Amino acid sequence: MRLRRKLRRPRNRKVAVGLVILVALVVIAIVGPVLVSALLGQSAERLHAGGPLEPPSGRHWLGTTTAGEDVLAQLVTGTRTSLLVGLTGGAISTTLAVLLGVISGYSTGKAGALLTAFVNIFLVIPGLPLLIIIASYTQGRGGWIMVALIIGLTSWPGGARVKRAQTLSLRNRDFVQAARYAGESKVRIVLLEVAPHLAPLIASTFLFAVVGSIAAEAGLNFIGAGNPNTVSWGTMLFWAQSQGALLSGAWWWFAPPGLCIALIGTAAGLINFGVDELSDPRLRARGQKTSRKAGRATAAIAEAS
Amino acid sequence: MSSTEAILEAVAVTKRIPLHGRDRGRVVHALNGVDLTLRRGQILALVGESGSGKSTLARLLALGDLPTGGEIRFAGKPIRRADRRAHFGRVQMVLQDPFSSLNNLHRVRYILSRPLRNFGRTPAADLERRVLDLLERVNLTPADDFIDKYPHELSGGQRQRIAIARALAAEPAVLLGDEPVSMLDVSIRLDILNLLAELRNRDGLAMLYITHDIASARYFADEISVMYAGHIVETGPVEQVTQDPKHPYTKLLLAASPDPDRPTASSGSDDLDDLDEEDLAEPPNLLAEPTGCPFAHRCPHATPTCSTEAPPTHTFTTGHWTRCWLYP
Repeated sequence: MRLRRKLRRPRNRKVAVGLVILVALVVIAIVGPVLVSALLGQSAERLHAGGPLEPPSGRHWLGTTTAGEDVLAQLVTGTRTSLLVGLTGGAISTTLAVLLGVISGYSTGKAGALLTAFVNIFLVIPGLPLLIIIASYTQGRGGWIMVALIIGLTSWPGGARVKRAQTLSLRNRDFVQAARYAGESKVRIVLLEVAPHLAPLIASTFLFAVVGSIAAEAGLNFIGAGNPNTVSWGTMLFWAQSQGALLSGAWWWFAPPGLCIALIGTAAGLINFGVDELSDPRLRARGQKTSRKAGRATAAIAEAS
Repeated sequence: MSSTEAILEAVAVTKRIPLHGRDRGRVVHALNGVDLTLRRGQILALVGESGSGKSTLARLLALGDLPTGGEIRFAGKPIRRADRRAHFGRVQMVLQDPFSSLNNLHRVRYILSRPLRNFGRTPAADLERRVLDLLERVNLTPADDFIDKYPHELSGGQRQRIAIARALAAEPAVLLGDEPVSMLDVSIRLDILNLLAELRNRDGLAMLYITHDIASARYFADEISVMYAGHIVETGPVEQVTQDPKHPYTKLLLAASPDPDRPTASSGSDDLDDLDEEDLAEPPNLLAEPTGCPFAHRCPHATPTCSTEAPPTHTFTTGHWTRCWLYP
């Protein structure tokens, strides 16, 4: 019953739309490559599957590249790579941000000050140049995991700073004081009194870290700092640009990966509308009531007209 | 009255709070050599203006913070930092604002079961029954209706009862109330005070009742201590202090609070005739090193000695004393 309540359909329409887009992309990433090769007989790596730069047709739904590769097959395979990089990079970055932010915010004295200094130093190191330097050093070795790792390890400081600020404001609230008097241990106070109040922040940090990682991966590949032999949204854009797809009017090559990146950003933004409910039981209850009331109101209007 | 056993004492407690930022290097003299004694089965009211150190003193008594000088004694033994956990089990605090002292993410069941587990080592099987007992002790009945509620589903008075129940869960010997009723509606203040008095009578709790409301202190407490700028200026049985205040600050404080029973409250009170309101509005400077009587700059009876030498303690009857140069 508890699980049912957690899995219920979100009431907020924006959140619902965002979730649908996200789930659709995840499903494509999981089954897309298999489906495309089974139904259409196409794979991302096969050269000369068709003629160069064919526009969309029944055989190549999204046309072909200059090397005659099937764009649809590349897109679904690229979705898998890009989402993997996004989720892994986002998870690494969010975990580091929460750990360092909450601990540096909650602990006082030398340890807290040291940790804060560490976060601040990382905060002023410009992320993108650092990312480019490390990525050009690894030169695409290690595949997508390496890319995700590099992105995750360089993108946490901003999030950590936000968590720290929020923890600082929470640590002196009365209920934290009261928990201390109630004999709670430090670890328990952090995990069960303070951290749940950070849930919306953590959720939105994660969402945007995922999008940020996907964009960073695309950016890296686009400027050629990635491994051009992997297939991802970024490498598709890289090849489309270097082969002059825009000049030859081959919109089917660069538009789909670009739209996909825009789509996942939109989905994250929409889902973010719902995260406030995570840490406020009152919002959950109120939401139920208002939607019921709204339902009744529409029924009444329908009856009257 | 003072024959009753002392349970929690502050002995010559001093607290200095260092400032940060622009005022770095300066300190706030929050408490200056404060003595206070809580006795089993008795309620001590602590009154004084905002910033006089009432809450700081309560926090030190609860060991939420450590004194800079002096010591806190429980049953005659000084308490150190290492005893903190055990001290929390014996001395509990009820905070002022029930809207911020309960974590709104937890149900009543969780809030009350935590101290039961931490201090009482209550086995999991007994938890529910103990939580229901606690709810009944603070008159939240039927207890079954309240156990699964979130704080936002409760009124201010109900929330404060939960906060009191949480403090009682540790089975403390002392309850420290930092203005426990000031955030509540006037209509339910009396309920909460009666509840606290009942707990005192039944369980023999010692209580500290911090308040701005002298009328409720008189109704509720046995003894009263008056604080000014981190000093206790007068202590005594509540009737004696409110009917026959000795310290000029106590007189001023009583004159400022309406009480139909007190004849001296009228504006024609001879003692306060010569008060110039303009001069007296100035708050004490807590940043300066305390010398002499803290009230000297506002006192209508001030003499040059007052601002240079600390006034002696003068005892009138048993348990009623003040620190003032007026009483040699």
